[in-house]
Amino acid sequence: MFASRALVGIYRAKFRNEIAVQFAYRWALGIWLIGLVLEPLVYLVVWTTVARSQGGAVAGFTASEFAAYFTVLMVVNQLTFTWHFFEFEWRVRNGFFSPLLLRPVHPVHNDLAENLTFKLLTFTVVLPVAALLLLTFDAQLAPAPWQIAAFLVALVLAMVLRFVFEWTLALAAFWVTRVNAINETYFVVLLFLSGQVAPLALLPPVVRGVAEILPFRWMISFPVETLLGRVPGEAILRGYAIQLAWIVAAIVVLRVAWRVGVRRYSAVGA
Amino acid sequence: MADPARRLRRAFQLLWLSIRLGALNALQYRVEFVLQLVQSSIALGTALAGLALVFSHTDNLAGWRPDELLALVGVFQLVAGLVGLVIRPSMEQLMEGVRLGTLDFTLTKPADAQLLVSVRRVNVWRIIDVLVGAGLILFAVARIGERVGPAGAASFVLVLLAGMAIIYSFLLTLSTLSFWLVRLENILVIYASMYEAGRWPVGIYPIWLRIALTFVVPVAFAITVPVEALVGRLEPIGLVGALALAAAFLIASRLFWRFGLRHYTGASA
Repeated sequence: MFASRALVGIYRAKFRNEIAVQFAYRWALGIWLIGLVLEPLVYLVVWTTVARSQGGAVAGFTASEFAAYFTVLMVVNQLTFTWHFFEFEWRVRNGFFSPLLLRPVHPVHNDLAENLTFKLLTFTVVLPVAALLLLTFDAQLAPAPWQIAAFLVALVLAMVLRFVFEWTLALAAFWVTRVNAINETYFVVLLFLSGQVAPLALLPPVVRGVAEILPFRWMISFPVETLLGRVPGEAILRGYAIQLAWIVAAIVVLRVAWRVGVRRYSAVGA
Repeated sequence: MADPARRLRRAFQLLWLSIRLGALNALQYRVEFVLQLVQSSIALGTALAGLALVFSHTDNLAGWRPDELLALVGVFQLVAGLVGLVIRPSMEQLMEGVRLGTLDFTLTKPADAQLLVSVRRVNVWRIIDVLVGAGLILFAVARIGERVGPAGAASFVLVLLAGMAIIYSFLLTLSTLSFWLVRLENILVIYASMYEAGRWPVGIYPIWLRIALTFVVPVAFAITVPVEALVGRLEPIGLVGALALAAAFLIASRLFWRFGLRHYTGASA
């Protein structure tokens, strides 16, 4: 196994490299930001409209609480999202995986460093945007200090879970050459079951029951609801346990799938 | 200069030829058909599930009833299909042509250059979205019933055409910018993410976003306004306004295109 000192060096080099890359493509960053803000904004407006027509609240959410929910959701989504499963098909099909495999570290470190740098950079933009949204839509958000602490733990676990899960999903590219359909299906499931379309409290009870078991809710809506003070104390602890269980399960699948998948990989042109 | 009728016929001949070529090309890759079918079903399923969720908590969204929003989703899918069928692939090809200099070959052809670049490439399988959208509109109209009269249907078609003309002009103007700014493919991504907001009636959005969706990225006229015409909620002045705006967009984008073309220097120059 690699010494952790060497690993730290690799991450630092990757950080510097990635920051330079992102500054070279400032435009792309701006375009990405529009998409990031617009989607929660659309659902925020839809549900605010519904709340107003229902005399002020739907399923315990007022317009101001929807504003808080969707703004925090935007931030959590920005901090947890990954894009590596889009790159994988291209990497495998065009043989770009080969140089990554030749390096003396697992390719996952490359992606993780890239991911963290991108988030660190974009977070500086997302935070003021979130503040602006909170003000514009008159959001109601006043978490107690312990709720902020509970939120941060849930957030870190959600980041780990989503990264490991989606990186495992990406490995499907070793077996299927066109993973686009898989990715899109995943996106839709994630959209509904992670609380991006609406808070889970608004979903039909059956769907909500399914969402509680599957990993998607634990990647996004769980930290959001924790910060909003909608999850009672013991449910928070249970949530952490479920997050950890899914992380362990995903890592096990990742290791097995990786070992089998890499053997199947034959670079195009090799 | 040939008379307008002949020029129009020639334009449709070129479009038809382009579609046939695109179809022949697409038939080589039949798996793409299945992928597009999956993609269209996912898009439709997502939209319908979203509507079902909203209407499980209310019976109208800012005055819009479920069947009317069903028609809106149909128009959304139809317009997305039409744009994805011809306009967007052609505009992407245009930008690539400017960057690589292959636009030279198009410009030397004995037909109007704007027309040629506008039907240059066809992504045939997107026809599935057009059909799904049209089917959904018909289904919604059948459910709405007699509130859709011949006048409503006629003004729906008119406004939809006007909306398509506006979107086409808008995308042509964006693509024309590539004569000055060469690396610009990403700008079409902005349009795509703004278009997503058109899934819902623009009337529900805050005023600044409504203005942006009407004039900056004009999806309102292509999606919300036609459905308003369909259910008879559009005032005659709105119909006239949409047609006038479409004419203005078409003329302005044409002028801008010709202005931009003068800046094109070709690949080797």
